[in-house]
Amino acid sequence: MDQSTTKKLLMLLEENCRLSSHQLGLLLDCSEEEIEAEIKRLQAEKIIVKYPALINWERVQDNPLVTAMIDVKVTPVRDIGFEKVAERIARFPEVKAVYLMSGAGYDISVLLEGKTMHEIANFVTKKLAPLDNVVSTATHFILKRYKHDGTILEDYEDDRRMVVTP
Amino acid sequence: MSSIVQKSRLSATVEELKPSGIRRFFDLAASMEGVISLGVGEPDFVTPWRIREASISSLERGYTAYTSNAGLLELRKEISYYTEDLIQVQYNPQTEILVTVGASEAIDIALRAIIDPGDEVLIVEPCYVSYEPIIRLAGGVPVFLQTSARHQFKLTPEELESKITDRTRAIIFCYPNNPTGSIMTLEEWKTLVPIIEKHDLLVLSDEIYAELTFGQKHESIVTLPGMKDRTILMSGFSKSFAMTGWRLGYVCAPEDLLVGMLKIHQYTILCAPVMAQMAALEALRGNRSDVEKMVESYSQRRNYVVKALSDMGLTCHTPAGAFYAFPSVKATGLTAADFAEQLLMEEKVAVVPGDVFGTSGEGHIRCSYATSLEQLKKALECMDRFVSKRLS
Repeated sequence: MDQSTTKKLLMLLEENCRLSSHQLGLLLDCSEEEIEAEIKRLQAEKIIVKYPALINWERVQDNPLVTAMIDVKVTPVRDIGFEKVAERIARFPEVKAVYLMSGAGYDISVLLEGKTMHEIANFVTKKLAPLDNVVSTATHFILKRYKHDGTILEDYEDDRRMVVTP
Repeated sequence: MSSIVQKSRLSATVEELKPSGIRRFFDLAASMEGVISLGVGEPDFVTPWRIREASISSLERGYTAYTSNAGLLELRKEISYYTEDLIQVQYNPQTEILVTVGASEAIDIALRAIIDPGDEVLIVEPCYVSYEPIIRLAGGVPVFLQTSARHQFKLTPEELESKITDRTRAIIFCYPNNPTGSIMTLEEWKTLVPIIEKHDLLVLSDEIYAELTFGQKHESIVTLPGMKDRTILMSGFSKSFAMTGWRLGYVCAPEDLLVGMLKIHQYTILCAPVMAQMAALEALRGNRSDVEKMVESYSQRRNYVVKALSDMGLTCHTPAGAFYAFPSVKATGLTAADFAEQLLMEEKVAVVPGDVFGTSGEGHIRCSYATSLEQLKKALECMDRFVSKRLS
């Protein structure tokens, strides 16, 4: 499969990974076998990592999830810089994302999910702050999600067109 | 009480105008619930946010007054750059470009500007439903050129030559074509030019789908030597930028013709709506990656639909542009109208019978693939069931 078709395949899967190989083949003008072989290769090369669904948890009842963004200031370590501490933070399952930042007054940004504010506070004080080389933390709670991963969560642009037009 | 049969209060021209065949079908489909429509002649995308936002912002800043008759000069300049970018032809924004209320107005004023009573205007069938009535309203006589699936609905020089008379004034082209999705290559245009020149015809080129081509670039007849001087190029923002409801189009033409069109435009329209003009300005000035994404999405859905139609046993040429597939339904033994009506009644899927677009379209249906993949899939499954019952 040529590079541009591969890119199109990835974009289609990123938008909807439930499309069948048959449908993908029709859309990209390839055979089902070609699609399957390419997906296999992309998985083996860890280009396709996972097939998650985008869920609006706020619409699920009894499912209070608290999300916080934590700015973490770190003393870099000779030779390995921020890698080691970032890796340690990333391994906690409640941590959803870890980024090294530029230009901010801090170094590492951590996205954390918990059931309650208390749970988040606990994590920050008991796990994150005491880590070697962590100098300080600042915790910001997310109040509402408007857009997530490129998708506006409460936006339904219905088809407003007439049924038949010239 | 008078028993005299009341005489129509309409003019004879309007009285005799046939209502659009598409209208009857629309009424039928609109009266039903839960119809999946492949009958829509417009993008399924909402206008990109950057464009909507620019228009909102212009309203907030108080852009609510008339613009110059020809449209905002800034916009005409952008249209000039854009046209040069698209087809490598230069138009002077001061004297050769006019902003209109949709390409529809462009067609209307172009025809009114050039037709004297009884002049014949050639129309290549199958085509958009408005050309014929607008010619009649302008006092002209429409003359229909036939095309066929065998030539992928492209006009042949033989057919063109055979319909030209002393009264022939102009010819209207629409490529990429609604309803067939056909396009013309430069080589194919070249075969028509000598005939157009020999009979000194004007060309009205409706290029509203110019950006929606797949795998090959749009070629305009205007680019050929000598053609710019006899061509009125008509286009708009509806299809490329998903802006149908904004009603914004434009016309590019030699100055003497543009002056005529501007006269009609200034008395009947005055100017195109300013908020739509401000939106169009952003459409052309901003980052057009949204248009590229839309084109890619149509291209993928085209592949999907054409394959699915062929798999169910309907022959369908691969459309190179617009967002329509135009398969033949002759194998089912049904006329286009019967096919469309029965499909709607039995499976609640709306397509447009091809004969609505002229007799050349008989035996074909227009399926618009400007519809979500999910809806397309459902519609094609229903069509498959419907067709398989009728193929022996």
